[in-house]
Amino acid sequence: MNDTARERILGRLRKAVGQERTLPAVPPPPETPPLSRDDKIERLNTLMTAMRSEVHLVPRDAWVEKLKAILQEKGLTQMIYAPGTPIGDAVAAAWSEGEGGLPALRPYEQAVESFKEELFAIDAGITGTAGAVAETGALILWPDETEPRLISLVPAVHIAVLDADRIYDTLDEAVEKGGWAEGMPTNALLVSGPSKTADIELVLAFGVHGPKALVVLVLT
Amino acid sequence: METKDTKRVEKPFDFKANVIKALGNRQLRSNLKFAMGSMTAKRKALFSDTAAFEALRARGNAIRRRALLQLPELLEQLERKCTENGITVHWAETTDAANEIVLGILRDHGATRVVKGKSMVSEEMHLNRFLGDHGIESLETDLGEFIIQLDGETPSHIIVPAIHKNKQEIARTFHEKLPDTPYTEVVEELNAIARKTLRKKFYEGEVGLSGVNMAVAETGTLCLVENEGNGRMCTTVPPVHIAVMGIEKVVEKLSDVPPLLRLLTGSATGQLVTTYVNMITSPRKPGEKDGPREVHLILLDNGRSTILPDEKLRQTLQCIRCGTCLNHCPVYTRIGGHAYGFVYPGPIGKILTPQMEGLDRTSAIPTASTLCNACEEVCPVQIPIPDLIRRLRNESYDPDGSVCGHGVKRNLAETAVWKAWALVNRHRALNAVGTRMAGIFGPMLPRIGPLAEWTRSRNRPEFARKSLHDMAREEGISDE
Repeated sequence: MNDTARERILGRLRKAVGQERTLPAVPPPPETPPLSRDDKIERLNTLMTAMRSEVHLVPRDAWVEKLKAILQEKGLTQMIYAPGTPIGDAVAAAWSEGEGGLPALRPYEQAVESFKEELFAIDAGITGTAGAVAETGALILWPDETEPRLISLVPAVHIAVLDADRIYDTLDEAVEKGGWAEGMPTNALLVSGPSKTADIELVLAFGVHGPKALVVLVLT
Repeated sequence: METKDTKRVEKPFDFKANVIKALGNRQLRSNLKFAMGSMTAKRKALFSDTAAFEALRARGNAIRRRALLQLPELLEQLERKCTENGITVHWAETTDAANEIVLGILRDHGATRVVKGKSMVSEEMHLNRFLGDHGIESLETDLGEFIIQLDGETPSHIIVPAIHKNKQEIARTFHEKLPDTPYTEVVEELNAIARKTLRKKFYEGEVGLSGVNMAVAETGTLCLVENEGNGRMCTTVPPVHIAVMGIEKVVEKLSDVPPLLRLLTGSATGQLVTTYVNMITSPRKPGEKDGPREVHLILLDNGRSTILPDEKLRQTLQCIRCGTCLNHCPVYTRIGGHAYGFVYPGPIGKILTPQMEGLDRTSAIPTASTLCNACEEVCPVQIPIPDLIRRLRNESYDPDGSVCGHGVKRNLAETAVWKAWALVNRHRALNAVGTRMAGIFGPMLPRIGPLAEWTRSRNRPEFARKSLHDMAREEGISDE
């Protein structure tokens, strides 16, 4: 029955558009002068901060120390990470049991079905990023088999580590230069801040379903 | 938790009565005035560079027109790519068929609890009511949708569904409908109540259901746009994800997404980008640790294919459901969404509803426009909404029209009047008599008969005692 529904719908559509069709050309995106590396960092920082993200610019070799300081200040109890990713492995290597005020590290190693209860009790998660978009101020996340999707969604605090060399000017550029059309991952995400809503009287409130806080460490 | 779904309102649709009721609701009018003013200001601030906005709009328009002209091929390509990626594609001609497909998937999994992201197509399907009738809990998780579902209402706005309510009303709803919930009017606390209630539901949800903002034929990717994170929860936590989509939402290429995204979020909420843009291309792959193991895409027609043949009316299908025409409409901002009586309110509803539901039931809806053109000016994909409203008004009277229910308003008296008008204006002698009569009887006309209604809120036209022809003749000017 479903096959015939398909045929009937497609039949109507084919008849509706006919054979002779003149397709309008899509005008190209506007030519804008490329932003410098510093400008891209600056714009991303400004826009994401305006969306209530906590953005920190840190030297490449000092980010783990900065991370520890942030976590100690926030007083979080458990942090989930993805073993086998550069970020996850760097964190695991730098953690020592019972270090003052740091959250306990929890690896995301098994399928969610056997891990869900624990996952929903964890209050922080750390991920890498596949870049960012300066124009609109958003991180690009491409979760995969080593870095699961829920790390950036379920815990109340999401910490994302971004390589400043991977900031694109625009999403158009990211899609084109990143060759997205040649192979999209299971899930690609843009994330521009902590979860928010304005559904009650248009009052902006943060942390409605997803993370209440988004911490971005930009490695310069 | 107590949730009830919208009861089917079997009363015949009476637009005028709805409008009068809405206009009398001072709370509604003040809520709308504040909210729409705020949303239009945010949008204006974002698109402050007119030239850049017009260029972006031209791109959006071309992308959507290209997609509609290739709709059958793009849907086949989307189906092929999705299938390759492991997504199961279903086709539904009607909302009943789409509901049955959803139910079939739920039954295959023995599922009784569905967590739902915001979807206007699911509103078309009246999905919550259908699933409720089959003993399945279908829970809205977008905050605005959650609020109105608790009150057994439907969305009054495409983007901010609970905009007709103020925080006192919401506080009362939460206090009364959610167990152990103290009364609070603090918005942050209301949000926290929703977060706590729904988190458990995401955790327990057996199937997640969502809409689709656009689907990319080139890669078989479903794009979902949101701020809250409930959409990501619904499409990532439960083991099964069902996406419902109107067949017109497909685009050709991935490179079409960035401009449409800018237009959508900018027009809808004045945002450069939403908190989350969620692009889904497949179910969980081997080795991945989370995400649904099954993803289903339901392609719903529900009358869309009958809108496509007419080159003018086809433009209705360019819509990306940003809702900005509602915010800018002087009629919508005074009566709100419920008065329109159908799923899509405001200017887009005025052109979409009659084509989906038939003019025989809905011919009053296109009359609710001042033709001020605001909707056309702000439309991110340049739909000439006022033109299409005029076309549908004509269709209401046209026995030879093409839209379902055309000619419904045609009546003998009116037809006779216009026939007489045409006759009088073709024959000089009749015209002379006619203008003289108008001068004599004209002044009393609007106070009697069907025209009395017309002049209640308009200036009464004054007929000249003498016609222009007479005056010219008196001046000695020949009209030969």
